[in-house]
Amino acid sequence: MTVEHAQRRTPKVAKTNSVFKKAVMAVSGIIMVLYLIAHVVGNLKAFSGAEAFNSYSGWIRTVGNPAVPGQTTLWIIRLVLLAAVVAHFWAAVSLWRQAKRARPQGYVTKKAVAQSYASRTMRWGGVIIAAFIIYHILDLTTGTVNAEGFDSTPYDRLVASFQNPFVTIFYAISVILLGMHLRHGIWSATQTLGQSNRRREKTVSLFAIGFATLLTLGFLLVPFSVLFGLID
Amino acid sequence: MTATDGAMRSSVGTPGAEKRGMNLTLRIWRQQGPSVKGKMVTYKVTDISPDMSFLEMLDVLNEQLILQGDDPVAFDHDCREGICGMCGVMINGQAHGPQQTTTCQLHMRSFADGDTIDVEPWRATAFPVIKDLAVDRRAFDRIIQAGGYISVPTGTAPEAHATPVPKKDSDAAFDAATCIGCGACVAACPNASSMLFTAAKVTHLGLVPQGQPERDDRVVNMVAQQDYEGFGGCTNIGECSASCPKGISMETISRLNHDLLGALRAGARPKS
Ligand code: HEM
Ligand code: SF4
Ligand code: FES
Repeated sequence: MTVEHAQRRTPKVAKTNSVFKKAVMAVSGIIMVLYLIAHVVGNLKAFSGAEAFNSYSGWIRTVGNPAVPGQTTLWIIRLVLLAAVVAHFWAAVSLWRQAKRARPQGYVTKKAVAQSYASRTMRWGGVIIAAFIIYHILDLTTGTVNAEGFDSTPYDRLVASFQNPFVTIFYAISVILLGMHLRHGIWSATQTLGQSNRRREKTVSLFAIGFATLLTLGFLLVPFSVLFGLID
Repeated sequence: MTATDGAMRSSVGTPGAEKRGMNLTLRIWRQQGPSVKGKMVTYKVTDISPDMSFLEMLDVLNEQLILQGDDPVAFDHDCREGICGMCGVMINGQAHGPQQTTTCQLHMRSFADGDTIDVEPWRATAFPVIKDLAVDRRAFDRIIQAGGYISVPTGTAPEAHATPVPKKDSDAAFDAATCIGCGACVAACPNASSMLFTAAKVTHLGLVPQGQPERDDRVVNMVAQQDYEGFGGCTNIGECSASCPKGISMETISRLNHDLLGALRAGARPKS
Protein backbone atom coordinates (compact mmCIF):
# COMPACT_ATOMS: atom_id res chain seq x y z
CA MET A 1 0.00 0.00 0.00
CA THR A 2 1.52 3.32 -0.99
CA VAL A 3 1.16 6.16 1.45
CA GLU A 4 1.97 9.50 -0.16
CA HIS A 5 1.84 12.67 1.79
CA ALA A 6 -1.73 13.89 2.19
CA GLN A 7 -2.32 16.95 0.06
CA ARG A 8 -4.22 19.97 1.16
CA ARG A 9 -6.85 20.53 -1.49
CA THR A 10 -8.15 24.05 -1.78
CA PRO A 11 -11.83 24.46 -1.02
CA LYS A 12 -13.76 26.09 -3.82
CA VAL A 13 -16.94 26.70 -1.93
CA ALA A 14 -17.40 30.04 -0.26
CA LYS A 15 -20.45 30.91 1.78
CA THR A 16 -22.90 28.30 0.62
CA ASN A 17 -21.42 25.55 2.75
CA SER A 18 -23.51 22.79 4.21
CA VAL A 19 -23.91 24.52 7.57
CA PHE A 20 -25.03 27.75 5.92
CA LYS A 21 -27.67 25.76 4.04
CA LYS A 22 -28.83 24.21 7.28
CA ALA A 23 -29.11 27.65 8.84
CA VAL A 24 -31.28 28.79 5.93
CA MET A 25 -33.41 25.73 6.55
CA ALA A 26 -33.70 26.43 10.25
CA VAL A 27 -34.60 30.11 9.87
CA SER A 28 -37.15 29.50 7.11
CA GLY A 29 -38.55 26.59 9.14
CA ILE A 30 -38.99 28.82 12.18
CA ILE A 31 -40.79 31.46 10.07
CA MET A 32 -43.21 28.77 8.87
CA VAL A 33 -43.70 27.51 12.43
CA LEU A 34 -44.61 31.00 13.65
CA TYR A 35 -47.17 31.24 10.87
CA LEU A 36 -48.58 27.82 11.77
CA ILE A 37 -49.14 28.91 15.38
CA ALA A 38 -51.24 31.84 14.17
CA HIS A 39 -52.97 29.56 11.66
CA VAL A 40 -54.04 26.92 14.17
CA VAL A 41 -55.43 29.54 16.53
CA GLY A 42 -57.36 31.12 13.66
CA ASN A 43 -58.84 27.77 12.63
CA LEU A 44 -60.52 27.40 16.01
CA LYS A 45 -62.83 30.28 14.97
CA ALA A 46 -64.75 27.61 13.07
CA PHE A 47 -66.31 26.62 16.39
CA SER A 48 -67.88 30.08 16.72
CA GLY A 49 -70.07 29.53 13.64
CA ALA A 50 -70.21 30.57 10.02
CA GLU A 51 -70.52 34.28 10.59
CA ALA A 52 -67.62 34.60 13.00
CA PHE A 53 -65.41 32.43 10.77
CA ASN A 54 -66.21 34.37 7.62
CA SER A 55 -65.69 37.72 9.23
CA TYR A 56 -62.38 36.50 10.65
CA SER A 57 -61.42 35.50 7.14
CA GLY A 58 -62.46 38.94 5.93
CA TRP A 59 -60.45 40.56 8.71
CA ILE A 60 -57.24 38.80 7.57
CA ARG A 61 -57.73 40.44 4.20
CA THR A 62 -58.11 43.92 5.62
CA VAL A 63 -55.66 43.95 8.55
CA GLY A 64 -54.11 47.36 8.96
CA ASN A 65 -56.81 49.18 6.96
CA PRO A 66 -56.98 52.04 6.42
CA ALA A 67 -53.35 52.77 7.35
CA VAL A 68 -52.15 50.03 4.98
CA PRO A 69 -54.51 49.86 2.02
CA GLY A 70 -56.39 46.82 0.73
CA GLN A 71 -54.77 43.42 1.12
CA THR A 72 -51.23 44.72 1.58
CA THR A 73 -50.62 43.02 4.92
CA LEU A 74 -51.95 39.71 3.64
CA TRP A 75 -49.72 39.88 0.60
CA ILE A 76 -46.66 40.70 2.67
CA ILE A 77 -47.33 37.61 4.80
CA ARG A 78 -47.90 35.52 1.68
CA LEU A 79 -44.66 36.68 0.07
CA VAL A 80 -42.61 36.09 3.23
CA LEU A 81 -44.08 32.58 3.48
CA LEU A 82 -43.44 31.89 -0.18
CA ALA A 83 -39.83 33.00 0.23
CA ALA A 84 -39.51 30.76 3.30
CA VAL A 85 -40.93 27.73 1.47
CA VAL A 86 -38.68 28.28 -1.55
CA ALA A 87 -35.55 28.78 0.60
CA HIS A 88 -36.39 25.75 2.76
CA PHE A 89 -37.02 23.59 -0.28
CA TRP A 90 -33.85 24.76 -2.03
CA ALA A 91 -31.70 23.95 1.02
CA ALA A 92 -33.42 20.58 1.55
CA VAL A 93 -32.93 19.47 -2.07
CA SER A 94 -29.38 20.68 -2.13
CA LEU A 95 -28.43 18.79 1.07
CA TRP A 96 -30.31 15.75 -0.17
CA ARG A 97 -28.24 15.72 -3.35
CA GLN A 98 -25.05 16.26 -1.37
CA ALA A 99 -25.90 13.23 0.78
CA LYS A 100 -26.56 11.11 -2.34
CA ARG A 101 -23.20 12.12 -3.80
CA ALA A 102 -21.51 11.43 -0.47
CA ARG A 103 -22.52 7.74 -0.53
CA PRO A 104 -23.43 6.48 -3.99
CA GLN A 105 -22.91 2.87 -2.95
CA GLY A 106 -24.90 1.85 0.12
CA TYR A 107 -24.27 -0.93 2.62
CA VAL A 108 -25.45 -4.49 2.05
CA THR A 109 -26.49 -4.52 5.72
CA LYS A 110 -27.19 -1.33 7.69
CA LYS A 111 -28.70 -1.07 11.12
CA ALA A 112 -29.94 2.19 12.60
CA VAL A 113 -29.03 2.71 16.23
CA ALA A 114 -30.26 6.21 16.96
CA GLN A 115 -32.43 7.60 14.20
CA SER A 116 -36.10 8.14 14.85
CA TYR A 117 -38.98 7.67 12.44
CA ALA A 118 -39.31 11.46 12.39
CA SER A 119 -35.70 12.10 11.42
CA ARG A 120 -35.81 9.41 8.75
CA THR A 121 -38.91 10.87 7.10
CA MET A 122 -37.80 14.53 6.98
CA ARG A 123 -37.23 14.49 3.23
CA TRP A 124 -40.07 12.43 1.80
CA GLY A 125 -42.33 13.70 4.57
CA GLY A 126 -41.40 17.24 3.52
CA VAL A 127 -42.29 16.49 -0.09
CA ILE A 128 -45.72 15.15 0.96
CA ILE A 129 -46.24 18.22 3.12
CA ALA A 130 -45.38 20.44 0.14
CA ALA A 131 -47.91 18.61 -2.05
CA PHE A 132 -50.45 18.99 0.71
CA ILE A 133 -49.84 22.74 1.02
CA ILE A 134 -50.52 23.19 -2.71
CA TYR A 135 -53.70 21.13 -2.53
CA HIS A 136 -54.75 22.93 0.63
CA ILE A 137 -54.48 26.38 -1.00
CA LEU A 138 -56.35 25.25 -4.13
CA ASP A 139 -59.05 23.79 -1.90
CA LEU A 140 -59.70 26.33 0.82
CA THR A 141 -58.13 29.59 -0.35
CA THR A 142 -58.91 29.71 -4.07
CA GLY A 143 -61.66 27.09 -4.10
CA THR A 144 -60.32 25.69 -7.39
CA VAL A 145 -60.69 22.07 -6.34
CA ASN A 146 -63.48 22.62 -3.83
CA ALA A 147 -67.00 21.26 -4.32
CA GLU A 148 -68.42 24.67 -3.48
CA GLY A 149 -66.25 26.40 -6.09
CA PHE A 150 -64.87 29.94 -6.24
CA ASP A 151 -67.77 32.09 -5.17
CA SER A 152 -68.58 30.34 -1.91
CA THR A 153 -67.80 31.60 1.57
CA PRO A 154 -64.70 30.30 3.35
CA TYR A 155 -66.92 28.52 5.89
CA ASP A 156 -68.87 26.71 3.14
CA ARG A 157 -65.64 25.55 1.55
CA LEU A 158 -64.36 24.34 4.92
CA VAL A 159 -67.48 22.27 5.59
CA ALA A 160 -67.76 20.95 2.02
CA SER A 161 -64.14 19.84 2.09
CA PHE A 162 -64.00 17.99 5.37
CA GLN A 163 -67.37 16.29 5.03
CA ASN A 164 -65.54 14.13 2.52
CA PRO A 165 -63.73 11.45 4.57
CA PHE A 166 -60.97 11.08 1.96
CA VAL A 167 -60.11 14.75 2.19
CA THR A 168 -60.07 14.57 5.97
CA ILE A 169 -57.83 11.52 5.92
CA PHE A 170 -55.36 13.08 3.50
CA TYR A 171 -55.40 16.17 5.69
CA ALA A 172 -54.85 14.11 8.83
CA ILE A 173 -51.92 12.19 7.34
CA SER A 174 -50.28 15.39 6.17
CA VAL A 175 -50.74 17.16 9.49
CA ILE A 176 -49.36 14.17 11.41
CA LEU A 177 -46.36 14.11 9.06
CA LEU A 178 -45.97 17.82 9.71
CA GLY A 179 -46.03 17.14 13.44
CA MET A 180 -43.23 14.60 13.06
CA HIS A 181 -41.33 16.99 10.80
CA LEU A 182 -41.48 19.57 13.56
CA ARG A 183 -40.60 17.07 16.27
CA HIS A 184 -37.25 16.47 14.63
CA GLY A 185 -37.13 19.94 13.07
CA ILE A 186 -37.28 21.86 16.33
CA TRP A 187 -34.47 19.81 17.86
CA SER A 188 -32.52 20.03 14.61
CA ALA A 189 -32.94 23.78 14.29
CA THR A 190 -31.72 24.26 17.87
CA GLN A 191 -28.59 22.31 16.97
CA THR A 192 -28.15 24.05 13.63
CA LEU A 193 -28.33 27.50 15.15
CA GLY A 194 -25.82 26.42 17.78
CA GLN A 195 -28.18 26.79 20.72
CA SER A 196 -28.11 23.24 22.06
CA ASN A 197 -25.87 21.70 24.68
CA ARG A 198 -25.79 18.64 26.87
CA ARG A 199 -27.81 20.31 29.60
CA ARG A 200 -30.52 21.59 27.26
CA GLU A 201 -30.82 18.51 25.06
CA LYS A 202 -33.57 16.86 27.09
CA THR A 203 -35.59 20.05 27.52
CA VAL A 204 -35.42 20.80 23.81
CA SER A 205 -36.54 17.26 22.94
CA LEU A 206 -39.42 17.35 25.38
CA PHE A 207 -40.48 20.77 24.16
CA ALA A 208 -40.31 19.59 20.54
CA ILE A 209 -42.53 16.59 21.31
CA GLY A 210 -45.01 18.67 23.32
CA PHE A 211 -45.19 21.47 20.80
CA ALA A 212 -45.54 19.17 17.79
CA THR A 213 -48.27 17.14 19.50
CA LEU A 214 -50.27 20.22 20.52
CA LEU A 215 -50.00 21.76 17.08
CA THR A 216 -51.03 18.54 15.35
CA LEU A 217 -54.01 18.02 17.64
CA GLY A 218 -55.01 21.65 17.13
CA PHE A 219 -55.01 21.20 13.37
CA LEU A 220 -56.94 17.92 13.57
CA LEU A 221 -59.70 19.37 15.73
CA VAL A 222 -61.64 21.31 13.09
CA PRO A 223 -61.61 18.75 10.22
CA PHE A 224 -62.77 15.91 12.47
CA SER A 225 -65.44 18.10 14.03
CA VAL A 226 -66.76 18.72 10.52
CA LEU A 227 -66.55 15.04 9.61
CA PHE A 228 -68.50 14.02 12.71
CA GLY A 229 -71.06 16.78 12.25
CA LEU A 230 -70.07 18.92 15.23
CA ILE A 231 -69.55 21.76 12.77
CA ASP A 232 -71.91 22.07 9.82
CA MET B 1 -3.65 -19.30 15.96
CA THR B 2 -4.69 -22.88 15.53
CA ALA B 3 -8.02 -24.43 16.36
CA THR B 4 -6.59 -26.10 19.48
CA ASP B 5 -5.36 -22.75 20.81
CA GLY B 6 -8.85 -21.39 20.50
CA ALA B 7 -10.38 -24.29 22.37
CA MET B 8 -7.74 -24.08 25.12
CA ARG B 9 -8.28 -20.34 25.55
CA SER B 10 -12.01 -20.68 25.85
CA SER B 11 -11.75 -23.29 28.58
CA VAL B 12 -9.90 -20.84 30.82
CA GLY B 13 -12.09 -19.87 33.74
CA THR B 14 -14.45 -22.80 33.37
CA PRO B 15 -12.45 -25.56 35.02
CA GLY B 16 -13.55 -29.04 34.14
CA ALA B 17 -16.07 -28.04 31.50
CA GLU B 18 -14.44 -28.18 28.07
CA LYS B 19 -16.23 -25.26 26.36
CA ARG B 20 -16.19 -25.48 22.61
CA GLY B 21 -15.40 -22.48 20.44
CA MET B 22 -17.87 -20.86 18.08
CA ASN B 23 -18.52 -21.74 14.48
CA LEU B 24 -19.33 -18.70 12.39
CA THR B 25 -20.30 -17.81 8.86
CA LEU B 26 -18.67 -14.63 7.62
CA ARG B 27 -19.85 -12.61 4.66
CA ILE B 28 -17.03 -10.26 3.81
CA TRP B 29 -16.74 -7.51 1.19
CA ARG B 30 -13.95 -8.46 -1.21
CA GLN B 31 -12.71 -5.85 -3.66
CA GLN B 32 -9.38 -6.17 -5.47
CA GLY B 33 -8.71 -2.44 -5.79
CA PRO B 34 -10.18 1.06 -5.80
CA SER B 35 -11.70 0.90 -9.28
CA VAL B 36 -12.67 -2.76 -9.35
CA LYS B 37 -16.17 -3.97 -8.58
CA GLY B 38 -16.46 -5.81 -5.28
CA LYS B 39 -18.85 -8.36 -3.81
CA MET B 40 -19.71 -10.14 -0.58
CA VAL B 41 -17.94 -13.51 -0.24
CA THR B 42 -18.94 -16.18 2.28
CA TYR B 43 -16.37 -17.90 4.53
CA LYS B 44 -16.60 -20.29 7.47
CA VAL B 45 -14.46 -20.15 10.57
CA THR B 46 -14.61 -22.80 13.25
CA ASP B 47 -13.76 -23.10 16.92
CA ILE B 48 -13.42 -19.37 17.55
CA SER B 49 -12.80 -18.48 21.18
CA PRO B 50 -15.25 -15.99 22.70
CA ASP B 51 -12.22 -14.23 24.21
CA MET B 52 -10.73 -13.38 20.84
CA SER B 53 -11.07 -9.87 19.52
CA PHE B 54 -12.83 -9.39 16.21
CA LEU B 55 -9.49 -8.70 14.54
CA GLU B 56 -7.99 -11.91 15.95
CA MET B 57 -10.93 -13.76 14.46
CA LEU B 58 -10.10 -12.15 11.10
CA ASP B 59 -6.45 -13.22 11.63
CA VAL B 60 -7.65 -16.80 12.00
CA LEU B 61 -9.57 -16.49 8.76
CA ASN B 62 -6.57 -14.99 6.97
CA GLU B 63 -4.24 -17.79 8.12
CA GLN B 64 -6.78 -20.22 6.80
CA LEU B 65 -6.94 -18.34 3.46
CA ILE B 66 -3.15 -18.16 3.17
CA LEU B 67 -2.82 -21.92 3.84
CA GLN B 68 -5.36 -22.53 1.08
CA GLY B 69 -3.35 -20.28 -1.23
CA ASP B 70 -6.05 -17.61 -1.29
CA ASP B 71 -5.67 -13.86 -0.99
CA PRO B 72 -6.06 -12.81 2.67
CA VAL B 73 -8.68 -10.17 3.53
CA ALA B 74 -7.14 -6.70 3.70
CA PHE B 75 -8.17 -4.75 6.79
CA ASP B 76 -6.59 -1.81 8.59
CA HIS B 77 -5.35 -2.01 12.17
CA ASP B 78 -2.44 -0.78 14.20
CA CYS B 79 -2.54 -0.42 17.98
CA ARG B 80 -5.21 -3.04 18.67
CA GLU B 81 -5.91 -1.28 21.92
CA GLY B 82 -8.57 1.21 20.89
CA ILE B 83 -6.46 4.34 20.48
CA CYS B 84 -5.22 4.63 16.91
CA GLY B 85 -8.53 4.62 15.09
CA MET B 86 -7.35 2.47 12.18
CA CYS B 87 -9.50 -0.61 12.55
CA GLY B 88 -13.05 0.50 11.72
CA VAL B 89 -15.27 -1.79 9.67
CA MET B 90 -19.01 -2.18 9.37
CA ILE B 91 -20.11 -5.31 11.27
CA ASN B 92 -23.68 -6.49 10.76
CA GLY B 93 -24.62 -3.00 9.64
CA GLN B 94 -23.12 -1.22 12.64
CA ALA B 95 -19.92 0.78 12.69
CA HIS B 96 -17.41 -1.21 14.83
CA GLY B 97 -20.16 -3.78 15.47
CA PRO B 98 -22.72 -4.25 18.22
CA GLN B 99 -20.72 -2.68 21.08
CA GLN B 100 -19.88 1.01 21.26
CA THR B 101 -16.15 0.43 20.99
CA THR B 102 -13.48 -0.05 18.32
CA THR B 103 -13.37 -3.20 16.19
CA CYS B 104 -10.11 -4.23 17.87
CA GLN B 105 -11.76 -3.99 21.29
CA LEU B 106 -14.86 -5.88 20.20
CA HIS B 107 -14.78 -9.46 21.45
CA MET B 108 -16.30 -12.54 19.92
CA ARG B 109 -18.40 -13.10 23.04
CA SER B 110 -20.64 -10.40 21.56
CA PHE B 111 -21.70 -13.03 19.02
CA ALA B 112 -23.32 -16.42 19.33
CA ASP B 113 -22.28 -19.79 17.97
CA GLY B 114 -23.71 -20.25 14.48
CA ASP B 115 -24.08 -16.52 13.73
CA THR B 116 -23.68 -15.08 10.28
CA ILE B 117 -21.65 -11.87 10.39
CA ASP B 118 -21.56 -9.31 7.57
CA VAL B 119 -18.35 -7.30 7.34
CA GLU B 120 -18.12 -4.29 5.03
CA PRO B 121 -15.82 -1.30 4.60
CA TRP B 122 -16.85 2.25 5.53
CA ARG B 123 -18.92 3.57 2.65
CA ALA B 124 -18.40 7.18 1.62
CA THR B 125 -17.21 8.95 -1.51
CA ALA B 126 -14.61 10.69 0.64
CA PHE B 127 -13.35 7.31 1.95
CA PRO B 128 -12.64 5.33 -1.23
CA VAL B 129 -11.97 1.61 -0.79
CA ILE B 130 -8.28 0.74 -1.20
CA LYS B 131 -8.81 -3.00 -0.97
CA ASP B 132 -11.44 -5.22 0.69
CA LEU B 133 -12.14 -3.62 4.08
CA ALA B 134 -9.39 -0.99 3.98
CA VAL B 135 -10.44 2.53 3.04
CA ASP B 136 -8.46 5.71 2.40
CA ARG B 137 -9.25 8.09 5.26
CA ARG B 138 -6.82 10.84 4.27
CA ALA B 139 -9.75 13.21 3.75
CA PHE B 140 -9.68 13.48 7.57
CA ASP B 141 -6.00 14.49 7.44
CA ARG B 142 -6.85 17.24 4.99
CA ILE B 143 -9.66 18.51 7.22
CA ILE B 144 -7.11 18.69 10.05
CA GLN B 145 -4.65 20.46 7.78
CA ALA B 146 -7.32 23.02 6.97
CA GLY B 147 -7.45 24.22 10.56
CA GLY B 148 -7.24 21.48 13.16
CA TYR B 149 -4.10 22.86 14.77
CA ILE B 150 -2.82 25.78 16.83
CA SER B 151 0.14 27.92 15.82
CA VAL B 152 2.44 28.15 18.83
CA PRO B 153 6.20 27.92 19.17
CA THR B 154 7.23 24.44 20.22
CA GLY B 155 10.09 23.69 22.56
CA THR B 156 10.18 23.60 26.31
CA ALA B 157 6.75 22.97 27.82
CA PRO B 158 5.37 26.14 29.42
CA GLU B 159 4.69 26.29 33.14
CA ALA B 160 1.38 24.49 33.65
CA HIS B 161 -0.20 27.20 35.79
CA ALA B 162 0.72 30.06 33.48
CA THR B 163 -2.56 29.80 31.53
CA PRO B 164 -5.47 28.81 33.76
CA VAL B 165 -8.38 27.02 32.08
CA PRO B 166 -11.75 26.64 33.84
CA LYS B 167 -12.32 23.03 34.92
CA LYS B 168 -15.61 22.82 33.00
CA ASP B 169 -13.92 23.88 29.75
CA SER B 170 -10.89 21.66 30.16
CA ASP B 171 -13.15 18.67 30.86
CA ALA B 172 -15.24 19.31 27.74
CA ALA B 173 -12.10 19.92 25.68
CA PHE B 174 -10.62 16.65 26.92
CA ASP B 175 -13.82 14.75 26.13
CA ALA B 176 -13.72 16.08 22.58
CA ALA B 177 -9.99 15.40 22.31
CA THR B 178 -10.59 11.68 22.79
CA CYS B 179 -11.70 11.44 19.13
CA ILE B 180 -9.37 9.00 17.40
CA GLY B 181 -10.38 9.85 13.84
CA CYS B 182 -11.68 6.37 13.14
CA GLY B 183 -14.44 7.50 10.79
CA ALA B 184 -17.27 5.51 12.38
CA CYS B 185 -19.32 8.70 12.53
CA VAL B 186 -19.12 9.08 8.74
CA ALA B 187 -19.77 5.38 8.19
CA ALA B 188 -22.88 5.34 10.38
CA CYS B 189 -24.35 8.65 9.20
CA PRO B 190 -27.18 8.31 6.66
CA ASN B 191 -25.75 11.44 4.98
CA ALA B 192 -22.11 10.24 5.19
CA SER B 193 -21.35 13.49 7.00
CA SER B 194 -18.08 14.05 8.85
CA MET B 195 -19.65 16.60 11.14
CA LEU B 196 -18.98 14.79 14.44
CA PHE B 197 -15.29 14.37 13.66
CA THR B 198 -14.85 18.01 12.66
CA ALA B 199 -16.98 19.19 15.57
CA ALA B 200 -14.83 17.20 18.01
CA LYS B 201 -11.71 19.00 16.75
CA VAL B 202 -13.38 22.42 16.72
CA THR B 203 -14.63 21.86 20.28
CA HIS B 204 -11.34 20.50 21.54
CA LEU B 205 -9.28 23.44 20.25
CA GLY B 206 -11.95 26.10 20.64
CA LEU B 207 -12.36 25.59 24.38
CA VAL B 208 -8.78 26.19 25.40
CA PRO B 209 -6.96 29.56 25.38
CA GLN B 210 -4.31 28.31 22.95
CA GLY B 211 -6.99 27.75 20.31
CA GLN B 212 -8.51 31.23 20.39
CA PRO B 213 -6.42 33.20 17.85
CA GLU B 214 -7.37 30.88 14.99
CA ARG B 215 -10.84 30.00 16.20
CA ASP B 216 -12.90 31.73 13.48
CA ASP B 217 -10.66 30.74 10.59
CA ARG B 218 -10.40 27.20 11.88
CA VAL B 219 -14.10 26.43 11.81
CA VAL B 220 -14.71 28.14 8.47
CA ASN B 221 -11.81 26.37 6.76
CA MET B 222 -12.46 22.94 8.27
CA VAL B 223 -16.13 23.01 7.24
CA ALA B 224 -15.22 24.21 3.74
CA GLN B 225 -12.70 21.38 3.46
CA GLN B 226 -15.14 18.71 4.63
CA ASP B 227 -17.69 19.89 2.07
CA TYR B 228 -15.00 19.92 -0.58
CA GLU B 229 -13.92 16.38 0.26
CA GLY B 230 -17.41 15.20 -0.63
CA PHE B 231 -18.86 14.42 2.78
CA GLY B 232 -22.60 14.92 3.23
CA GLY B 233 -24.26 17.62 5.29
CA CYS B 234 -25.36 17.02 8.88
CA THR B 235 -29.09 16.75 9.61
CA ASN B 236 -28.71 16.06 13.35
CA ILE B 237 -29.89 12.47 13.22
CA GLY B 238 -27.45 11.27 15.88
CA GLU B 239 -26.26 7.96 14.37
CA CYS B 240 -22.70 9.33 14.62
CA SER B 241 -22.64 9.92 18.33
CA ALA B 242 -24.39 6.61 19.05
CA SER B 243 -21.75 4.78 16.97
CA CYS B 244 -18.70 6.70 18.16
CA PRO B 245 -16.33 4.47 20.16
CA LYS B 246 -15.37 7.51 22.22
CA GLY B 247 -18.93 8.73 22.73
CA ILE B 248 -18.29 12.21 21.29
CA SER B 249 -21.51 14.10 22.01
CA MET B 250 -23.96 15.89 19.72
CA GLU B 251 -23.23 18.99 21.78
CA THR B 252 -19.97 19.39 19.86
CA ILE B 253 -21.97 19.80 16.63
CA SER B 254 -24.06 22.56 18.12
CA ARG B 255 -20.84 24.25 19.22
CA LEU B 256 -19.36 23.98 15.73
CA ASN B 257 -22.53 25.51 14.23
CA HIS B 258 -22.45 28.28 16.79
CA ASP B 259 -18.80 29.08 16.05
CA LEU B 260 -19.31 28.84 12.29
CA LEU B 261 -22.30 31.16 12.12
CA GLY B 262 -20.51 33.62 14.40
CA ALA B 263 -17.35 33.47 12.28
CA LEU B 264 -19.28 34.00 9.03
CA ARG B 265 -21.04 36.99 10.58
CA ALA B 266 -17.67 38.36 11.67
CA GLY B 267 -16.53 38.14 8.07
CA ALA B 268 -14.30 35.05 8.19
CA ARG B 269 -14.16 33.31 4.79
CA PRO B 270 -12.47 30.09 3.73
CA LYS B 271 -8.94 30.39 2.36
CA SER B 272 -8.89 29.77 -1.36
C1 HEM C 1 -41.89 22.34 1.41
C2 HEM C 1 -41.83 21.16 1.95
C3 HEM C 1 -40.77 20.82 2.96
C4 HEM C 1 -39.65 20.08 2.74
C5 HEM C 1 -39.23 19.40 1.44
C6 HEM C 1 -38.91 20.04 3.98
C7 HEM C 1 -37.72 19.36 4.17
C8 HEM C 1 -36.93 19.50 5.27
C9 HEM C 1 -35.68 18.84 5.48
C10 HEM C 1 -35.03 17.86 4.51
C11 HEM C 1 -35.19 19.25 6.67
C12 HEM C 1 -33.84 18.88 7.27
C13 HEM C 1 -33.94 17.56 7.86
C14 HEM C 1 -33.11 17.36 9.05
O1 HEM C 1 -32.65 18.31 9.69
O2 HEM C 1 -32.96 16.16 9.35
C15 HEM C 1 -36.13 20.16 7.24
C16 HEM C 1 -35.97 20.78 8.44
C17 HEM C 1 -36.91 21.60 9.03
N1 HEM C 1 -38.16 21.88 8.55
FE1 HEM C 1 -38.85 21.33 6.75
N2 HEM C 1 -39.58 20.75 4.92
C18 HEM C 1 -40.74 21.25 4.35
C19 HEM C 1 -41.73 21.99 4.96
C20 HEM C 1 -41.64 22.50 6.24
C21 HEM C 1 -42.69 23.25 6.90
C22 HEM C 1 -44.06 23.57 6.29
C23 HEM C 1 -42.19 23.59 8.13
C24 HEM C 1 -42.77 24.39 9.24
C25 HEM C 1 -43.95 24.66 9.47
C26 HEM C 1 -40.86 23.07 8.25
C27 HEM C 1 -40.06 23.23 9.36
C28 HEM C 1 -38.79 22.73 9.47
C29 HEM C 1 -37.89 23.00 10.55
C30 HEM C 1 -38.14 23.88 11.77
C31 HEM C 1 -36.70 22.31 10.25
C32 HEM C 1 -35.43 22.26 11.09
C33 HEM C 1 -34.34 23.06 10.47
C34 HEM C 1 -33.01 22.46 10.79
O3 HEM C 1 -32.84 21.27 10.64
O4 HEM C 1 -32.12 23.20 11.17
N3 HEM C 1 -40.56 22.39 7.09
N4 HEM C 1 -37.19 20.29 6.38
S1 SF4 D 1 -15.96 11.45 16.35
FE1 SF4 D 1 -15.96 9.33 17.18
S2 SF4 D 1 -16.63 8.10 15.42
FE2 SF4 D 1 -15.97 10.08 14.58
S3 SF4 D 1 -13.83 9.82 14.05
FE3 SF4 D 1 -13.85 10.64 16.15
S4 SF4 D 1 -13.79 8.80 17.45
FE4 SF4 D 1 -14.35 8.07 15.41
S1 FES E 1 -6.39 -1.02 15.91
FE1 FES E 1 -6.02 0.92 16.88
S2 FES E 1 -8.03 1.49 17.49
FE2 FES E 1 -8.35 -0.51 16.72
